[in-house]
Amino acid sequence: MRPRIATIGLLTLVLATGPLIAAAHAQSKDVFIPLLVYRTGPYAPSGIPIANGFVDYFTLLNERDGGINGVKLVWEECETQYDTKQGVECYERLKARGPLLVNPYSTAITYSLIPKASVDKVVVFSMGYGMSATSDGRWFPWVFNFPTNYWTQASAVIRYIASQEGGLEKLKGKKIVHIYHNSAYGKEANPALEELARKYPFELTLLAVDHPGQEQKATWLQVRRINPDWIFMSGWGVMNQVAIKEAAAVGFKMDHFIGNWWSANDSDVVPAGDGAKGYKGATFHAPGTNFKVHAEIVKHVYDKGKGSGRKEEMGAPLYNRGVVNAMLSAEAIRTAMTKSGAKTAPTGEQVRWGFENLALTDKRLEELGMKGFTHPIKTSCEDHEGNGPVLIQQWDGKKWNIVSDWVAPMRDIVRPKIEAAAMEEGKKQGYTQRDCSKEK
Amino acid sequence: MIYREAGQFKTSYAADQAIFPIAQDRVLAVCFLAAAFLVPVAASEYWLQAVLIPFLIYALAALGLNLLTGYAGQLSLGTGGFMAVGAYSAFKLTTTFPAVNVLVVFVLAGLAAAAVGLLFGIPSLRIKGFYLAVATLAAQFFLIWLFNRVGWFVNYAPSGTISAPPRTVLGVMTTGPHATAAVRYWVALGLAVLFALIAKNLVRGRVGRSWMAIRDRDIAAEIIGIRPLPTKLLAFGVSSFYCGVAGAEFVFLYLGTAETLAFDITLSFLVLFAVIIGGLGSILGSFLGAGFIVLVPIFLTNIPHLLGVPLPVAIQKEIELMVFGALIIFFLIVEPQGLARLWQITKEKLRLWPFPH
Repeated sequence: MRPRIATIGLLTLVLATGPLIAAAHAQSKDVFIPLLVYRTGPYAPSGIPIANGFVDYFTLLNERDGGINGVKLVWEECETQYDTKQGVECYERLKARGPLLVNPYSTAITYSLIPKASVDKVVVFSMGYGMSATSDGRWFPWVFNFPTNYWTQASAVIRYIASQEGGLEKLKGKKIVHIYHNSAYGKEANPALEELARKYPFELTLLAVDHPGQEQKATWLQVRRINPDWIFMSGWGVMNQVAIKEAAAVGFKMDHFIGNWWSANDSDVVPAGDGAKGYKGATFHAPGTNFKVHAEIVKHVYDKGKGSGRKEEMGAPLYNRGVVNAMLSAEAIRTAMTKSGAKTAPTGEQVRWGFENLALTDKRLEELGMKGFTHPIKTSCEDHEGNGPVLIQQWDGKKWNIVSDWVAPMRDIVRPKIEAAAMEEGKKQGYTQRDCSKEK
Repeated sequence: MIYREAGQFKTSYAADQAIFPIAQDRVLAVCFLAAAFLVPVAASEYWLQAVLIPFLIYALAALGLNLLTGYAGQLSLGTGGFMAVGAYSAFKLTTTFPAVNVLVVFVLAGLAAAAVGLLFGIPSLRIKGFYLAVATLAAQFFLIWLFNRVGWFVNYAPSGTISAPPRTVLGVMTTGPHATAAVRYWVALGLAVLFALIAKNLVRGRVGRSWMAIRDRDIAAEIIGIRPLPTKLLAFGVSSFYCGVAGAEFVFLYLGTAETLAFDITLSFLVLFAVIIGGLGSILGSFLGAGFIVLVPIFLTNIPHLLGVPLPVAIQKEIELMVFGALIIFFLIVEPQGLARLWQITKEKLRLWPFPH
């Protein structure tokens, strides 16, 4: 009978203390940013470096500058395991603390938060992921996905492939395979690729890999049968390393295998060993640690023992992406605070304005120690994407090297598609289009 | 003492067959229901949105699975798939016929899931036990594959996600981003109460008795005149109906948007855990089990915050998973018949309290 009594006691305790949890938080004067991370589960290889980069840059701002314009940054990590249900739970829990923006770090969670966040007046910043249609700010005032979205990226990668083949007209009849994670994220690039395949008639084959992506034998059997000229991959987490290993095993030319920017991290290529040599990936910032900002992070964060990862892991593409994401978030908040002139945390509405009027110049990037690290961005009411160009990086067996110039996307093809999709999505949600000439 | 039914005489068949034959139970049930409906007055949005709404939805799904597994004895691992049928058909229905009341849509979605459940229940006449579990597992994988591949189900959305469009019931916004958590909670609660009542009456009547006869010994049941195929199929149909409604609510009242990943095999297992922990063959158990699987992880996540111990989230998550697993094993050892049995024991003890003999 004893264990039963203990059990009943335990259950009562759970029920009784539960309600206390939510009441514990109160609004603060600091800038609060919830971080939806995944440091466990099948997506941890991708999730950990991003989260580390993020936290390290925020720690740097707090340690070196005392926050943004003197207002401290406060953040709280919440583990989502890249799972939408847990992500929604995290968002609802952290919403009580008055967040100014949310970085969902999952396209599926982004889809879930887009309708909620605009009601809650929280900016959704899905940097280079999420719903491509949200690039049209007239329909989605609260969602931002600069510097580029999946459709823009796909068009830039196709342009890069064309440049390798000797011109856009040479694409005709080429066989290109898109291997994608069978989720909202992986599917996102498909409509743009299909459109491009119609315009520059190449043979596009779409091959889905189911969650979590460890099992890809059937996919690569098909790849061998098709024998494509190029492979483009939208993978994530453990799927990437499996795909690269499989590609090496079937003897595919690795320099004709391009990952999108979520499929080209150290953790993706290292497990494949020498087989990964030559593998390429898209990116919108440089890899490595040869920038002033990294020296500053070492000086102010790691040397003080406040680093979130290991110092040697700095500079991996996804770590750097975390840094870029944190920097862009911070600059948007700074823009908002500079406008209002306040010395306290801005409101959600002000931060939204900051995101929409972000003008990140070369000069500002130099001040931030990021000259050559990423490219300048300008957003506007209509354009929440900034139409950023894309770099191609290549793995040489030890590190990533940039092997292309900034590749311009095909805006003439992508933008009309975005506007059409935005109208469709926006109408589905019951939104109305903003008139951007009335925004100030 | 408090819980003694001495002096409560039953003078009619109706009184004898009541769901709550003891007056104290009736008072408790009414108080509890009233409290449940008044919760939104006091609860924060987080509690409604992230705890109570998913609890009610999981409870409904667990109720459905309990009818099939707990009462009719047919092991099923296809719950996630049947919930997906409910969710996707609700989405298709409400986008095709926007004027139809969303509650009607939920019921129609449940019927669609029931039809699919009937189809996958047919093999249950020939295969039993673990083999049937494998057959339903095939349903799970097939359905998810279907929704993932066929664009028609998602209205050809490029991302393959479905989202709950804004719909009103009696002029009150019920689904979509502008529906308040309180309204969605009330809808989920109302449906859960209604369907729990129906389930309770089903299992007390002829249908439930025939299910239990099949569960306990199908050959014996056949000999006393219960036809196995219609009985089993009915169990599959009713169970899938419940799961389908729960799946529709899952997207429309809880997540807002979903892709097939939300209905994968882990969801089936989670609901099965809820049924086993709560108590096989118990209506109350479905609710207790759902409470366990929703509340305990959230409680475990929040413990370090409460104690003021800043643990890294990764370690926190690992601990949560380990403790949750350990708790499941602990409960199954201590009380193999589930939390519902614990409640029953508590009631028996209360009856004698404070003078146990």
